[in-house]
Amino acid sequence: MSARIESTSDLGVLGTLREGLRLSPAIRRGFGVTLALAVVATLGRLVVPFTVQQATDRGLVGGVDIDLVVRMCGIAAGVLLVTSVASAWVNVRLFSATEAGLAQLRIRAFRHVHDLSVLTQNTERRGSLVSRVTSDVDTISMFVQWGGIMLILSTLQILGATVAMLFYSWQLTLVVWVVLAPMMVLAPRIQRMLNGAYGEVRARVGAMLAAISEAVVGAQTIRAYGSGQRVLRRIHTAIREHRDAGVRAQTLASAAFATGVLLAGTALAAVITVGTFLGLAGQISVGGLLAFIFLVQLFTGPVQAATEVLNEMQNAIAGWRRVISVVHTPVDIADPAEPRDLGPRGPASIALEHVHFAYPGGPPVLTDVTLDVPAGCRVAIVGETGSGKTTLARLVTRFADPVRGTVRINGVDVREAALEDLRERVVVVPQEGFLFTGTIASNVAYGRHPHPRERVEQAFAELGLLDWLATLPEGMDTDVGQRGESLSAGERQLVAIVRAYLANADVLVLDEATSAVDPATESRINRALTGLTEGRTSIAIAHRLSTAEAADMVVVVDAGRVVEVGSHAELVAAGGRYARLHASWVVQSG
Amino acid sequence: MYALPGGAVRRSLLLIGRGIRSEPRTFALAIGSSAVWGAAFVGVGWLLGRLTDTVVVPALTGGADSDVGTGDVLRAGLLLLALAVLTAVSVAGRRIWAGMAALDVQAGHRRRVTEQYLRLPMSWHRAHPTGQLLSNANSDAESAGYVFVPLPFALGVVVMIIGAAAAMLAADVVLGLIGVTVLPLVLAVNAVYRRWMTPAVTRVQAERAAVSDVAHESFEAATVVKSLGTETLEEERFAEATHRLRRANVTVGKVRSVFDPVIDLLPALATLAVLVVGAHRVASGDIATGDVVTASYLLTILTFPVRAIGFVLGDLPRSLVGHERVARVVDARGYLEPGRLPLQGGGGLHLEVEHVELGVGRGRDRRRLLDDVNLVVAPGRTLAVVGSTGAGKSTLVDVLMRLTDPDDGVVRYDGVDVRALSDEARTGAAALVAQQAFVFEDTVRANITLAEPSESPITDEQVWDALRLARADDFVRALPDGLDTVVGERGTSLSGGQRQRIAIARALVRRPRLLVLDDATSAVDPEVEQAILANLRRQECTVVVVAYRTATIALADRVLHLEAGRVVDVGAHEELLARDPGYARIVTAYARDRAERDERDADRGGVAR
Repeated sequence: MSARIESTSDLGVLGTLREGLRLSPAIRRGFGVTLALAVVATLGRLVVPFTVQQATDRGLVGGVDIDLVVRMCGIAAGVLLVTSVASAWVNVRLFSATEAGLAQLRIRAFRHVHDLSVLTQNTERRGSLVSRVTSDVDTISMFVQWGGIMLILSTLQILGATVAMLFYSWQLTLVVWVVLAPMMVLAPRIQRMLNGAYGEVRARVGAMLAAISEAVVGAQTIRAYGSGQRVLRRIHTAIREHRDAGVRAQTLASAAFATGVLLAGTALAAVITVGTFLGLAGQISVGGLLAFIFLVQLFTGPVQAATEVLNEMQNAIAGWRRVISVVHTPVDIADPAEPRDLGPRGPASIALEHVHFAYPGGPPVLTDVTLDVPAGCRVAIVGETGSGKTTLARLVTRFADPVRGTVRINGVDVREAALEDLRERVVVVPQEGFLFTGTIASNVAYGRHPHPRERVEQAFAELGLLDWLATLPEGMDTDVGQRGESLSAGERQLVAIVRAYLANADVLVLDEATSAVDPATESRINRALTGLTEGRTSIAIAHRLSTAEAADMVVVVDAGRVVEVGSHAELVAAGGRYARLHASWVVQSG
Repeated sequence: MYALPGGAVRRSLLLIGRGIRSEPRTFALAIGSSAVWGAAFVGVGWLLGRLTDTVVVPALTGGADSDVGTGDVLRAGLLLLALAVLTAVSVAGRRIWAGMAALDVQAGHRRRVTEQYLRLPMSWHRAHPTGQLLSNANSDAESAGYVFVPLPFALGVVVMIIGAAAAMLAADVVLGLIGVTVLPLVLAVNAVYRRWMTPAVTRVQAERAAVSDVAHESFEAATVVKSLGTETLEEERFAEATHRLRRANVTVGKVRSVFDPVIDLLPALATLAVLVVGAHRVASGDIATGDVVTASYLLTILTFPVRAIGFVLGDLPRSLVGHERVARVVDARGYLEPGRLPLQGGGGLHLEVEHVELGVGRGRDRRRLLDDVNLVVAPGRTLAVVGSTGAGKSTLVDVLMRLTDPDDGVVRYDGVDVRALSDEARTGAAALVAQQAFVFEDTVRANITLAEPSESPITDEQVWDALRLARADDFVRALPDGLDTVVGERGTSLSGGQRQRIAIARALVRRPRLLVLDDATSAVDPEVEQAILANLRRQECTVVVVAYRTATIALADRVLHLEAGRVVDVGAHEELLARDPGYARIVTAYARDRAERDERDADRGGVAR
């Protein structure tokens, strides 16, 4: 059964952090030194208030001592410079380490997506997979660059300030903790609410983009049917809902932050009031109280900063979970422990034995399919849309494994063969000849072992496509544009055919294009396909019956079962399902 | 014009001015809250000092003799508490309203951009890639609003700067001047910072786009990658782009790493300078000790507004770029203004195209898409349009449907210039089934009626009739919720052929007087296609069909052969076969190809069992 790519992992906060760090080991590299430097840099913040206080008390009040003030300020300036350098150094170290770690995470997740089976890949939209390795990782970066270390420093500062406060007065320390306790108790709940609110914003962004994309992708239809107003209404609703969700989330976040501010202010007021009464009762000295007021600020500052960081952490955790869920998706088409050899190179035989297949949670797609394809045979699979012909072909390439039954190549169960070996021998020419940005030559040469230019040229010649190259402005070096958009669908397929030809497989699976192609290209495609399939076993998922006519063996699939097998002539003569399909096609193509 | 004129400074001011003017109330509230916050923040510091001097110290040093009573102590606490409340409320107000203002500015950009998408002609759409238009409405609109998040903070705390500067100068002119110099210094550092940062950030954005491009391309090619076993090759390609992004990010990080401590250092050093100079001036008897303390305290307060202004300056370049890209869409023109004439009559429409010319590009790059195209289709007749890739067939379809206006010439429905027709008249008369069958993310019913169920004049019965004609009734019935099934990207996915059949039903349900089919059955199984075409034949309407197959051509009364935007010939299929060699080549390509194959098979002798 194939795995799904979940939209997010269900790891808890700590689990997510731990797993996130495990996947990005570079983040932790040299962290001890960075932390030590950060402590130095943070201490630098105390230099100015300390100097002001000392210089005022000892150098200004009760007789001016200029030398002392100058000396103290000189030392302070020196310390400031040192801590500033430390602070800059910390930042540089953090940036380098976290960026390296996030690059590791990106690459790891990217590779994993490619390692997943086709079925698993198809459980998630491509655009969403892209965001897992781009924007989702970006949301983590803010937190790991600043937030993580801030959280550690804040915690240290809170602990340090608490110890110092206890030294002056346990009663006042208790007051501070009591006042700030609600925040610490409520924090997890507030975090959950914020999490929900920002989750809603993300969902609204998705809905809004979907609505807007209709206006772009469906522009022709919308104009032709004059339904612009309706589409605009839907878009405006989506934009408004996104805006409202954003306002709600921000209001919540602002309220949470303001609560922190209020509690910090309350703590200060409480300390002054209670402290004065304690002083009157002789429990604390003036100096002690003044020092304590300063410590309260050292204490509440990081508490507030920490809540901000925790907000950021929520975002980071959400992003992390989405990336982790990709990395954790099991690879269900994996290499066997002890792979078997697929036999000598050359046209291979294919056999399907009582194969059953269903997509996860779906109805049966293939039922008890048994098929023998001798080496070198050209097979065409025909059947209506949804009959299971594409699935049948896919099983041969091991893009998916059957639920029951066995697929064999040269008598070897494909599950027992090394994937690398299998991919070397079985090559698919997909329906949409996907091209990479670049030239025709670079696209054809694309492969595990990039092919030299002469070999590419030779391939075009062998497939009889030199006349096509001659019609292109720069021949083989013609730019294909983004995703091959400068070429027509048929031309893209030509490139894919030459690419497959160079891959020199023993078995070819051809997913025939359904999109219309102009006749000149059509005949070139047919010519190239003939050259490609020469001397190999081939299975074509045929949408045009002309392909079936030309095949050695026709397999008719209906509702997941093989209903007819035979040559074109035999099946036409038999007067069954294939004969009917063929008759209607003949009428059509005149 | 939506675009901002002038140099960087003028454009920045215009951007901010326009944003504020678009949401004056929200911005006023945000800036007001920010000012209140600034005042409250300074107030807390001031009050703390005063309370220490007048309450805490006398009470504790005076012991039982002091004249500070319990009431005074409690009052001091309550005053501080009141200020804390004020600070908290103003912080919340500023954040909420600032966020709202930025979101409103972004939503405004998005509405303007999408309105344009629905108003601009197909020729404009065809000239702009989908990805670009989506990012205009998404990330560009978003970044155009970035600067408005920190803006109210920065504008509000200007009050703080003025107050602090005035207080410092009042305490002592010399010390005040030292303090005030910090400001221009910070701005100067910021200018240097921006000069270093802008190119670095621009590079990060480019590298980020590159990483996204590689990922997009690679994931879309996932099947090819798997089929050719090139996972490692792709990993290397992605890793290369990722490491370029990493290096760009680290460069940005280093610039920030250096500048942040420098910005923090300036007020700190100024404070030390105030102490040293202050000590001299106290010694010389010019000022009192208290003035020095006040001046150094005010300096630490200045750090905040200086930071806020830094945020705004830091976000400005990105917002300007975003706004520029949004403006390019909003300023685009070429709307197809509808006329007012209705269209009378029923049955097939009389379609005329006269001397239609259409080109793209300017000057030397100008290319003709349609060149003096003339055609007439009599009511109820069918015209097939045939031509090779790039001949201008889809452009002709756009012009026929008035999805684009020609540069010259005219298209007439029943003798009326389509530009004079009202939108209702035009869309009521003509229906298009586009080459890329488009399905809305909506129910099957709404995809056909294109209206809310409550507002639709089309009954379910009519919908089913249309689905039957398009041979879509069987699969729709099999869908989990029938007509109520949500289809489209996030709904139930349909195959290419199913989408095409939905699109055909959408056209037929309107009983159009002119039906334009742009290769509308390419993904449908041959058997089903035959049945649909037969059904179309029985409709009482004028049909223009872009055809690739002989069967479709056979449906037509006349055929128009289009090449390089020009009409090569018009006539019956047999006539064209006889006198137009180019046409003959196109339509016989299938047949020729089949003959070739038969021959080859004869040579091979057949391996089939």
